[in-house]
Amino acid sequence: MTMQGWTLIIAFFGVLLALTKPMGLWLHALYEGRRTPLHALLGPVETGFYRLAGIDPNEEQSWRRYAVHMIVFNAALMAFTYLILRAQYVLPLDQNHFAGMPEHLAFNTAVSFTTNTNWQSYAGESTLSNLSQMLGLTIHNFLSAATGIALAFALFRGFARREASGLGNFWADCTRITLYLLLPVSVVVALAFVACGVPQTLAASADITTLEGVKQTLALGPVATQEAIKMLGTNGGGFFNANSAHPFENPTALTNFAQMLLILCIGSGLTWTFGRAVGNTKQGWAILSAMMLMLIAGVAVCYSQEAAGNPVLHHLGVAGANMEGKEVRFGAAASALFAVVTTAASCGAVDAMHDSFTALGGLIPLFNMQLGEVVIGGVGAGIYGFLLFAILAVFVAGLMVGRTPEYVGKKIEAREVKLSVLAIAVLPLVILGMTAISSVLPAGLAGPLNKGPHGFSEILYAFTSGVANNGSAFAGLTASTPYYDGMLGVAMWLGRFFIIVPMLAVAGSLAAKKYTPATAGSFPTTGPLWIGLLVGIVLILGGLTFLPSLALGPIADHLAMIRGQLF
Amino acid sequence: MARTAKKSLFTADLILPACRDAFLKLNPKELIRNPVMFVTACVAALLTILLVVGHDTLTTGFKLQLVAWLWLTVLFGTFAEALAEGRGKAQAASLRATKAELTAKRVKGSGVEAVPASALRVGDIVVVETNDLIPSDGEVIEGVASVNEAAITGESAPVIREAGGDRSAVTAGTRVISDEIRVRVTVNPGQGFLDRMIALVEGAERQKTPNEIALTILLVGLTIIFLISVGTIPGFTAYAGGGVPVAILAALLITLIPTTIAALLSAIGIAGMDRLVRFNVLAKSGRAVEAAGDVDTLLLDKTGTITIGDRAATEFRPLAGVRPEELAEAALLASLADETPEGRSIVALARDKFRVATKALPGDAEVIPFTAQTRISGVKIGAATITKGAVDSILKALHREAADANGGVATLARHDERAEQELRRTTDEIARAGGTPLAVARDGKLLGAIYLKDIVKAGIRERFGELRKMGIRTVMITGDNPLTAAAIAAEAGVDDFLAQATPEDKLALIRQEQQGGKLVAMCGDGTNDAPALAQADVGVAMNTGTQAAREAGNMVDLDSDPTKLIEIVGLGKQLLMTRGALTTFSVANDVAKYFAIIPAMFIAIYPGLAVLNVMGLKTPQSAILSAIIFNAIIIPLLVPLALKGVKYRPIGAGPLLRRNLAIYGLGGIIAPFVGIKLIDLAVSGLGLA
Repeated sequence: MTMQGWTLIIAFFGVLLALTKPMGLWLHALYEGRRTPLHALLGPVETGFYRLAGIDPNEEQSWRRYAVHMIVFNAALMAFTYLILRAQYVLPLDQNHFAGMPEHLAFNTAVSFTTNTNWQSYAGESTLSNLSQMLGLTIHNFLSAATGIALAFALFRGFARREASGLGNFWADCTRITLYLLLPVSVVVALAFVACGVPQTLAASADITTLEGVKQTLALGPVATQEAIKMLGTNGGGFFNANSAHPFENPTALTNFAQMLLILCIGSGLTWTFGRAVGNTKQGWAILSAMMLMLIAGVAVCYSQEAAGNPVLHHLGVAGANMEGKEVRFGAAASALFAVVTTAASCGAVDAMHDSFTALGGLIPLFNMQLGEVVIGGVGAGIYGFLLFAILAVFVAGLMVGRTPEYVGKKIEAREVKLSVLAIAVLPLVILGMTAISSVLPAGLAGPLNKGPHGFSEILYAFTSGVANNGSAFAGLTASTPYYDGMLGVAMWLGRFFIIVPMLAVAGSLAAKKYTPATAGSFPTTGPLWIGLLVGIVLILGGLTFLPSLALGPIADHLAMIRGQLF
Repeated sequence: MARTAKKSLFTADLILPACRDAFLKLNPKELIRNPVMFVTACVAALLTILLVVGHDTLTTGFKLQLVAWLWLTVLFGTFAEALAEGRGKAQAASLRATKAELTAKRVKGSGVEAVPASALRVGDIVVVETNDLIPSDGEVIEGVASVNEAAITGESAPVIREAGGDRSAVTAGTRVISDEIRVRVTVNPGQGFLDRMIALVEGAERQKTPNEIALTILLVGLTIIFLISVGTIPGFTAYAGGGVPVAILAALLITLIPTTIAALLSAIGIAGMDRLVRFNVLAKSGRAVEAAGDVDTLLLDKTGTITIGDRAATEFRPLAGVRPEELAEAALLASLADETPEGRSIVALARDKFRVATKALPGDAEVIPFTAQTRISGVKIGAATITKGAVDSILKALHREAADANGGVATLARHDERAEQELRRTTDEIARAGGTPLAVARDGKLLGAIYLKDIVKAGIRERFGELRKMGIRTVMITGDNPLTAAAIAAEAGVDDFLAQATPEDKLALIRQEQQGGKLVAMCGDGTNDAPALAQADVGVAMNTGTQAAREAGNMVDLDSDPTKLIEIVGLGKQLLMTRGALTTFSVANDVAKYFAIIPAMFIAIYPGLAVLNVMGLKTPQSAILSAIIFNAIIIPLLVPLALKGVKYRPIGAGPLLRRNLAIYGLGGIIAPFVGIKLIDLAVSGLGLA
């Protein structure tokens, strides 16, 4: 580990914390549907949109209605993308004359982008036309992110409202978030990326002659625009197969730093928005503190492991950090930080190959995802996932103060407990279930590139990434087979919507409740005690379940490495 | 029901039947009410079958021990429940004995007929004479009697029951010890108070409370999650080229699922109700007990709860020109015949403070008794008339006398104006300070006022301070005027007061608090309290109260002591805390269990995983056995805590959480590491595995 490495990490968290409140304030304006400075410019677009679609933005939707509209909307978008991917060869902007995607791959990709996962079983530059990238995929980068944030708003309203039946309007939330947050920030960021050297063109690939005289084809395209929202919306689906490790996606240390900030800024801002929504910003800071604790611990472990390097290679005379699969321009610290950030936040963009991390260095990204992407988490998804854990934490320990547990003024009763457990159980059920099946079926066993525990980690990582809607990969797994495309497609769908529906039901149930004012006898949900409790509950309820699988994967892998055995 | 509160938890006459019942409760139909224990029993049954038909690499001796401990885990759970129920059953038995004896003298035409109590129906009239047991719950419609209610309350001092008013309700099984009353039966057989008590203490009627249901759901959820976690292991190990025997998987599953809290959950609930019964409070549902823990606002009647029932004289306030001794003597003479506590306190004050020597009224004295019409009492000694009473009543009497004495008392009337104004000033002052003024007059002339003061109970201020720390607001309810009420409220340290309260005001206050999301507790006894008792989240009816009040409340205090409301809140909190503490402990235990079993389970596949054996357990078999033994014996070890409850301390939620989290959370993580290690030493030392 180096001073420079730690300076980078500390600077990153410093800037992130500084961004939290401004972002939270902006999000809160959208949460309340207040006028923003951008309304002067974009207000007419918004109202025009509603008129065109015949939507009354003030119509309150019950949790059921909110859920149905959200699912129908997402399913329709998914079908739309599927069709574009299948038929791209007859559609315009097919500059490189690619064929249509095979069924399983198109299914997988459509689910992947709809669910904000952006798991990529294909290599973008050699498979997708510009139309597919821009219309088929980028549209999801905006709308899946907007959906996530809208859902978080719905849950906030559940906590904040009193004896209400409505959770807001899905269409209005989605429109406002896209129009006043995602689009403007993306435009600014895309321009900045172009200035840093990221290409933005509709031209076909360029053929050049290198200094060595070799002919090389350089894939180009509208990269900068996709890059901005890929990070901001915690999507992670790169234009190129190498994702943010590719110099055209992420050319400099500065863009790397900016990309990491973009991944977490909405997630951390939403914690503040939550606090404000429930009338006490301390509640938001408490949640963010718990998340930060886990995030920083993860970075510390991952960075120390990567910086320590591989003892087997040290014996062979290759000194220093583990640089396999890392970009020299980023180094161990930025790569480790990026890996933890991207997996903490269901983004899945990578600037280094996680498969090549040391065993324990790779365990952290895996564990982050297994916790349910709640360490800041994906836009919206992180906070609503975390609030489900908070509900359980309040319930388990809250009784100890001798009252029916309450959280931010709402009593936590049987219905909330049931739905929260249901949502949280989806993760182990699908991750462990599908990994177990793939560990015995021949079609599953054909996937991993490596043997032994490392191969097992590759399968485990794939399903974890899918269910957690992350999208990053232990790239050793050959996933573009009908088996893995299908299984992972289902996993991503379950991981997204089977959590969302119970979560919305919790929101509906909470909104209908009376507000119970906090007294000296109420369970305190701010302060260090609560933060520690939250971390403990997330680790015990969310993490312990995966211990057997981790023991057989990365931990066994690590122990073998110490004894000089690599896989 | 005699008070048996001092009885130890673990006496042979409780333990032996509980052991038998523990086996009876293995009946699957009963066991399924507790899903976690049901899963445990299923796993134990499965392993028992596999013991015979299965074959794997484990030794039979090891598997035999494993199976035995799994069954013990289930049995410890059923034992805990049986033990908790057993304590109630003993009480129920004595209540039943009372009930069996009851016969009734039912009014038929002009005579009476003897019928068994079970033949009585609502509306029947029965006659109860001296030494009869009252055959059914009912209302006294004729007569007055003193009744010994020891059978219900454990209190042997008789109470008065009379027709009309707020003391008309009688309870089956209590004994009339003097006089004769006629009672109208108000319940049908099987629905009376006694029946309800029997059902309650036996736990037969026990339904899961809202929190208990929520907790059960959480426990089921955790069980499902761990089933997934354990059920997928064979797939993983198949990949690694190894296998794990079913018995080991079963052991991991049982140690991970929250058996500890699941085993004790119903015992905690039963014991909570039992504590209340021992405290002589009857809750009509467990829901009410939980609500008591959640109470935000306590409505407390001033008299009897905050102040001792009687007021005492503390000062004499003579008018200008009247010597204090003169007023003291007049007050003493007017009160010598007054046997009320207030009257006695006036006599005591005059003697102690002003050395008034008069011992008794002279022989020719004629007592003017207190009547509801005049609201004045006093004495006539020769030509002198001395009176005392409420200020308005005395003044009214003086005005009337002045008018009656046609013109002859003009001098008196002239004085009156000034004296009256002065008296008004004095008495307002007294009222403002929280006292009650009495005026004293002699021969139509005002002498001054007696300052009667409400005596706030000793220690009540500290109690309210504790309640405030727990976030509970106290509101004093009183019929006094706002001035007096404010002064007493300040002295007692309540947060708020409702003065000149009518039953409607009380009801409105409760509704208003509830509108603000608060839970309200109150106690009451009269029929006009019934709507408020029904509206309150916790309504404690006094046993001496009317049938209507007892029906409206969701608890009945057999001792009729309104102060108990405060303790009831504490008991409610204790119940919730005990559940929370044991849940936290149970969940926290899992960390150590993983570290015991995971390395033991996978060591054959990846020997390197031995480093996860942080406890340094001897062998894989010993590690697994130790974890399962710890998991089993922690249940009986925690039974005393479950039955007695976690100690409730009024220190505020923050400190309370810190304390309990340290003990049950942190302790829950550490304890099994130590426990499993110790058991491992024993197990490997004895050569059991």
